[in-house]
Amino acid sequence: MAAEEKFDVIVVGAGLAGSTAAYVLAKEGLQVLLIERGRQAGAKNMTGGIIYSRVVHEVFPNFWEEAPVERAITSYNIVFLGENSAVTLNLKAPGLGKPPYNAFSVLRAKFDRWIAGKAEEAGATLVTGVTVDELVMENGKVKGIKSGSDELLADVVIDAEGAKSLLVEKAGLRGDFKPEDVSVGVKELIELPEETVNERFNVGGGEGASYTLVGYTKGVAGGGFLYTNKASISLGIVARIDMLVEKQVKVHELIEDYKVHPFISKLIEGGNVAEYSAQIIHEGGIAQVPRLYSDGFLAAGSSACLLINNLFTLRGMDLAVASGAAAARAVLKAKERNDFSASSLSAYESLLREAFILTDMEAFRRTPSLLNNRRFFTVYPDLACSVMEELFSVNPAPSEKAFKVVRRHMKGKAGLLDVLRDLLGVYRAL
Amino acid sequence: MDKRLGLNKYEIDSESHIEVDKELCEKCEAKPCLFVCPAEVYKLEDGKLVYSYEDCLECGTCIIACKGMGRGAVNWRNPRGGFGIVYRYG
Repeated sequence: MAAEEKFDVIVVGAGLAGSTAAYVLAKEGLQVLLIERGRQAGAKNMTGGIIYSRVVHEVFPNFWEEAPVERAITSYNIVFLGENSAVTLNLKAPGLGKPPYNAFSVLRAKFDRWIAGKAEEAGATLVTGVTVDELVMENGKVKGIKSGSDELLADVVIDAEGAKSLLVEKAGLRGDFKPEDVSVGVKELIELPEETVNERFNVGGGEGASYTLVGYTKGVAGGGFLYTNKASISLGIVARIDMLVEKQVKVHELIEDYKVHPFISKLIEGGNVAEYSAQIIHEGGIAQVPRLYSDGFLAAGSSACLLINNLFTLRGMDLAVASGAAAARAVLKAKERNDFSASSLSAYESLLREAFILTDMEAFRRTPSLLNNRRFFTVYPDLACSVMEELFSVNPAPSEKAFKVVRRHMKGKAGLLDVLRDLLGVYRAL
Repeated sequence: MDKRLGLNKYEIDSESHIEVDKELCEKCEAKPCLFVCPAEVYKLEDGKLVYSYEDCLECGTCIIACKGMGRGAVNWRNPRGGFGIVYRYG
């Protein structure tokens, strides 16, 4: 890499946001350098996880025909876990398993290689195994990147390095992350034969199930997830960093608890753990989003903390694709004017609004504090389980009416006013 | 934990991408790194903090916990290009 070489755009990180940005820019004929620190695209990336399809389809039409997706999700479940029981809310919707689909389970090592390949096909130069250490700054303007002693210059640097967001910090666009705004997510990839997954989750070939798991986290704010891949299951936990410290709980202990819970143990029985991965997740919502651009610099995907959790859907990857495309389009506009100042790049923010990303994040701005309410991850899951167990049980004793059962189980755990207040919170947040 | 991490593929660098400021770390009573790291990179041995950068999953949890709840003694940077964790599934 020659020091005097100058690119139109340098994109840091060949994940979903970075490769999408590079793809859109290269397709328009710009000189794009896409830098990835892993040995290949995807080597450093992990997800729970499912990617919502329709937004991705706008950038990569019919991507499922060529991309390495695992399963089209047609069974959606929210599970409240009690000590020895579980209450499930299940949606079975075979219609969501037809084009343009709703969501796919994916594995990033494969998926990210595909999307980086799209950027390369479009004409972007992908270099792997190169870590960007610093930004080249001049009078507060970003002029390029540094890797070791190498310097590379560009009109614009798009930062798509992921959730650690180190360059955004170096560009002066954000302060320190707060432990209460960030969770650590860990995942075990558990291999099972494809037919076993089909049978166990009652899905047809190519179709899959997703589970959001609530409760059973030793009082730590967070929850779990379980997704079916083609011939494996992704099982994981997401736990707020500050609460792991407060409760002195280790996150892998929570995953061990999950694995022996009667609801989960049957689903993963006989499986073979093949990988253990981890990632941070920005859960602070719109309040946590840093400044998104400065002179010669844009941040996309999870380095910009773009994540929407509305309890039913947890969106990160499709936002990465959409924000990568929006960043690229903002750069294309700036290129027309040959002006890469912050004010010229500010079109990025309006493009993120037009893509409903910032507008949705604003709409769900109350969800983070709702999810921080201890009753939601400590009291209510257990309450749902114990009440349902009693309502479905018959004993040779006088029966109580349902509401009385609920009140009795609430005693000492949650007052009626708490519950009403929380319901109002749910109404406002969602 | 060793068994769990043994499932993963790593390209181990000869130099550490993690440095801990010993003075700052010794003053830290909370030591949040001991609880939050999903790979248990940070451990206490005879009351002193030791860390095995080779096991790092590069999630960044320790940076946030140490800065926000500890003394900011952990100095974490990305491993050199190509080194560190290599996810085969992700």
